[in-house]
Amino acid sequence: MTVSQRWGARPWTVLALLAVLLAAVLLWALASGSSNLPLNQLPGWLFQPDDSAEADIVHRLRLPRALAAMTTGALLALAGALMQVLLRNPLADPYVLGLSGGAALGALSALALGCGVWLVHLGAFGGALAVVLVVFVLAHHDMGRIDAVSSQDGSPRLLLTGVMVSSISMAGVSLLLTLAPGERLRGMLFWMLGDLSGADMPWPVLLAPPLLCLLLWPLGRELNLLLRGPGPAQMLGVPVARVRGVIYVAASMAAALAVATAGTVGFVGLVVPHALRLLIGNDQRLLLPASALAGGAFLLAADTVARTIASPLQLPVGVITALVGAPTFILLLRRGARR
Amino acid sequence: MSTTTRVQAALLNVQALRVEVPQAGAAPRCLFSGLSMQVLPGQFWCLLGPNGAGKTQLLHTLAGARAPQAGEVHLGGRPLNAWPLSERACWRGLVPQQVQDAFSAPVLDVVLQGRHPHLSRWHWEGDADLALAQQALARVGLAEMAQRDVTTLSGGERQRVALATLLTQDPPLALLDEPLAHLDLAQQLRVLALLQDEVLQRGRAVVMSVHDLSLAQRVATHAVLLTGNGAALAGPVGEVMTEAHLSAAFGHPLRAVEAQGQRWWLPA
Repeated sequence: MTVSQRWGARPWTVLALLAVLLAAVLLWALASGSSNLPLNQLPGWLFQPDDSAEADIVHRLRLPRALAAMTTGALLALAGALMQVLLRNPLADPYVLGLSGGAALGALSALALGCGVWLVHLGAFGGALAVVLVVFVLAHHDMGRIDAVSSQDGSPRLLLTGVMVSSISMAGVSLLLTLAPGERLRGMLFWMLGDLSGADMPWPVLLAPPLLCLLLWPLGRELNLLLRGPGPAQMLGVPVARVRGVIYVAASMAAALAVATAGTVGFVGLVVPHALRLLIGNDQRLLLPASALAGGAFLLAADTVARTIASPLQLPVGVITALVGAPTFILLLRRGARR
Repeated sequence: MSTTTRVQAALLNVQALRVEVPQAGAAPRCLFSGLSMQVLPGQFWCLLGPNGAGKTQLLHTLAGARAPQAGEVHLGGRPLNAWPLSERACWRGLVPQQVQDAFSAPVLDVVLQGRHPHLSRWHWEGDADLALAQQALARVGLAEMAQRDVTTLSGGERQRVALATLLTQDPPLALLDEPLAHLDLAQQLRVLALLQDEVLQRGRAVVMSVHDLSLAQRVATHAVLLTGNGAALAGPVGEVMTEAHLSAAFGHPLRAVEAQGQRWWLPA
């Protein structure tokens, strides 16, 4: 058996298939809504916009929201995959180290004070960064700890630090929800469920997922080794503390950007990498880009369903991801248990 | 060969090593001190001593996973810490006592990871690396299990996978922490023969901790005996593995019995 026989063209096939899937979901998202646009004329409106109302709908309403959904999904799936490597736990998600609590505290404070959309995004981003910093300061020692060469690691303490910081910020969130004026509660609730209706993403964020994949690509083999445990990884030449630091920062930035765009959308970061791992294996060089593509497609599809299924009512996208994600996850777990 | 050239040619040169372990609410406990040894290519060192004497800590110190409280460790003629991590991994490999897998992966992928220190950041594993991994799996008797999920293996099988990973890494100095512990009798002999092959045919050096004194006697050219009360004895196997030394270290009278052309250690 040679390498080409072993891998075949598989990695590229998988990535190409996922890219096609993402493009198809994008077309569907742009076509569906309160007025259904015919698919065959969509490229025309998209690439050669005229003065028609349809071109306006595509460019002003649907495209920005679709791009935001795609990017958020990609970032969340990437963050989830990275957190699972960092904590060596296949059930970790982007929020497991308390980032969601900080983001919620920041965003809800802005909402409760009646601030504008931009301040809400900024509040979420700032809150998330604050928690990332606090957890890092409290636990960076554990992140580098390799407990000699055993495959045990310091991540239980890292994990527990994150959970505690999250509890503190969630206490603040509860307090805010109690004290906030009634008419603002609905907006606050929507934010916490994850909602893309107000998503107004600055375009550079669009570049974040591909940039992140490129940045982590050279570290692929080291990430794979970290899965075997920090001790064995260090023995094979991986600078464990440094690589885990990079993973932590990359995952946190991705999750913070996602949360600032769409609130705390659940399940994308947990389900997408987990499902892909069962389908295509656990080589991070393939899994990370695949997660980004699949995460983007998943959240875009979920958001399209969320805004069309009960039209004219728009559901928060987090409801759909949870409704689809949780049963899928239970199925995957049951399948895993049978093996 | 004069002493100086011997030391220069040594893969591993240990001088006056002292290792302590922290104790909760008390002064650190000294496991051993004053340990000096030179490991040369073609030597098979067995690391002996009662439970808790510090065999694992010594192996970890030699591998550079923990710092000694005193003394020096030179690897390939340079202080251990002077080597970058990736180059250190080309000199020595370590098989830990236990490996825990959090994620499933095919056995072959795990064994292939041994090639990591030899590959640059931008290279994927090639045909040659794959061939080495498959060879290593065949040598530990797991060729049929290349595609098995590593989390479904038994303790002994997992240990042989770890050994295969070390063979794929192929360092001049192999440090093994009780590699025979979970193996059945036939596999113990197979692994011993394999390691002895590496030492005799390929001029590799092995440092291995082991509890079965008779098995150690079969293969060892040199031995380290940690007594558990702070002393350490290192040297050619005939000087270290004596009835007096072993009986004192293990706190139980031991006798050597010659049978079937081998030397067997029995409790008196």
